[in-house]
Amino acid sequence: MTVAVWEAVRRRPGRFPVSGWVPRCWAFLLGGTVLGLVVLVVFAALVAAGTVLAPVGAGLLLLLAAALLGLPVAALERRRLRLVDPEPPPSPHGTPPRADAPAWLGARLRERATWRELAYTLLLGVVLTATGLGFTALLGLSAVLTATPVIVWAVAPETVMLIPGKAVPHPLAALPATAVGLLGLLLAAYTGGLLAGAHVWLAKALLSPRDEEPNGRVIELTRSRARLADAFEAERRRIERDLHDGAQQQLVALSMTLGLAELELRGHDSPAAPLVTRARAEARGALDQLRDLVRGIHPQVLTDHGLPAAVTEVALRHPVPVTVDIDLPHRLPAAVETTAYFTVTEALTNAAKHGGATRVTVTGRLRGDTLLLTVTDDGRGGADPEAGTGLQGLADRLAILGGRLTVTSPAGGPTRLRVEVPCSA
Amino acid sequence: MLRVVLAEDAVLLRAGLVELLTRVGHRVTAAVGDAGELARAVDADRPDVVVTDVRMPPGHRDEGLRAALELRARHPGLPVLVLSQYVATAYATQLLGGGASDGGGLGYLLKDRVGEVADFLDALDRVAGGQTVIDPEVVRVLLRQRTDDEPLRRLTPREREVLALMAEGLNNQAIARRLTVTEASVVKHTGNIFMKLELDPADGNRRVLAVLTHLRGDTAA
Repeated sequence: MTVAVWEAVRRRPGRFPVSGWVPRCWAFLLGGTVLGLVVLVVFAALVAAGTVLAPVGAGLLLLLAAALLGLPVAALERRRLRLVDPEPPPSPHGTPPRADAPAWLGARLRERATWRELAYTLLLGVVLTATGLGFTALLGLSAVLTATPVIVWAVAPETVMLIPGKAVPHPLAALPATAVGLLGLLLAAYTGGLLAGAHVWLAKALLSPRDEEPNGRVIELTRSRARLADAFEAERRRIERDLHDGAQQQLVALSMTLGLAELELRGHDSPAAPLVTRARAEARGALDQLRDLVRGIHPQVLTDHGLPAAVTEVALRHPVPVTVDIDLPHRLPAAVETTAYFTVTEALTNAAKHGGATRVTVTGRLRGDTLLLTVTDDGRGGADPEAGTGLQGLADRLAILGGRLTVTSPAGGPTRLRVEVPCSA
Repeated sequence: MLRVVLAEDAVLLRAGLVELLTRVGHRVTAAVGDAGELARAVDADRPDVVVTDVRMPPGHRDEGLRAALELRARHPGLPVLVLSQYVATAYATQLLGGGASDGGGLGYLLKDRVGEVADFLDALDRVAGGQTVIDPEVVRVLLRQRTDDEPLRRLTPREREVLALMAEGLNNQAIARRLTVTEASVVKHTGNIFMKLELDPADGNRRVLAVLTHLRGDTAA
């Protein structure tokens, strides 16, 4: 965790006291001290009143309020951090399931972030307030000492005593005090930087979302990614259907009409006959191409017969002999089937294209709620998920469903792709 | 002359098929666009043969194929010729597995085949006549991939050719014509094939089924 203030001190220690950091750190620390005092008083009052009133019942609400005091304090602190840190932490809290108060309360009490924020609040109230007060004293004393000549001049003819019993006769006699005061301010500049940095570090450590707590943005990101994938899939199917019901049927009709023409011309010695035959062959070629294209977009057999049948068809067409052993107790969610299908086809393509494989085995089983697929080939290995876009694309596709792709491919082979997809969607 | 019920949801293609069938002297008693209408038309017309698309409304999945299978269950021996856009062997197996045993012709042809008008009409006649016809393309895909299979490897190239034509549903006479050999040598080849694949030599339909079952082997889903 990098702390911007500390970085500033470390990089140019000499310039730090005259940089813009100093006033911001001082403001941050003084504000924090005031806040800490208020928090300490409010917390103590809530706990005391809560404990006293606990038998009446109302006290429990006060104790609850004390427990939740971390929430507003942390929210304020995250905003305040902007004074001394360019990247204040995002809120670690999730969005409650419903908008009403009980749902909100329940969600907050279950979140560990709530309790980290309470811990931070108590630290703020005790430790940070104490250091903050000490710092305030240093800063205040230094300021007064620095300003002594002015004070002496301003309050004359009254006497000013820096050391009891020894009056400062005139402003110039107070110049050594100013020197000490300036030294104190210099010290306060560095101390302020270090203390503010410590404060930032502590705040970031306790007020940031932890990895295991997806915050609202991450959840939203995952959802929007899933929505995009669904929309993409729906679009694929639409295109496939349009091609199938439109262009393909028209081409079939065309080739049939040409076939009829051919039949009519048979026996007549017409120069048109070979042309018609050629046109029919061309229509046939276009149909073949279109059929391959449509299958690449979304194979109908996957929709109708499911993953094992669809993979078997691909295997039948594959240039390298493929053994398919997929045994599933039931159909899987459409998104899982589609992703699994394209993962296998991509893996097979890789095995044939790069792996120099002579034999590929595809196995598939359902373990609990997770589809386990493995594609093993006897090729030369050395497949690198980082190198190609193919494997990376597969991993991305799988990640949308919360799935995982593991590739083991030592040089010399064999290459083994292991795919896990949760089916609980 | 055959009385045909035709089910195909693409209007252009349906009209073309009606024209084609009528032109060569068949009678299309009903040309319909979805699986429900197909069932009603077959119940009412009792046609000699049904020609149907695989994919049809309302679901645009395999409604046509499933309707054909249900009709076969209701009218045992009803000849059905399925026109498919897919080489996928799963559909062919679904069709053959779902009622070939009770006799009556069955056919699975790729739609492109209607462009080869003579072949298509020949297939229609054979299906109406109780034979089984599988598209050569489907057979080719099956055969090519099973060549690593031990018993299949024991076949000579000529025997493999005969097997492919057998799988398409041709009888010995037609195979002999196609390969320009004598029927006697085809009989010899088929005998060898049945022996090497350890199959029972049986009549046309069961012969095709046996071949297909063997070709698909345990990869059938």
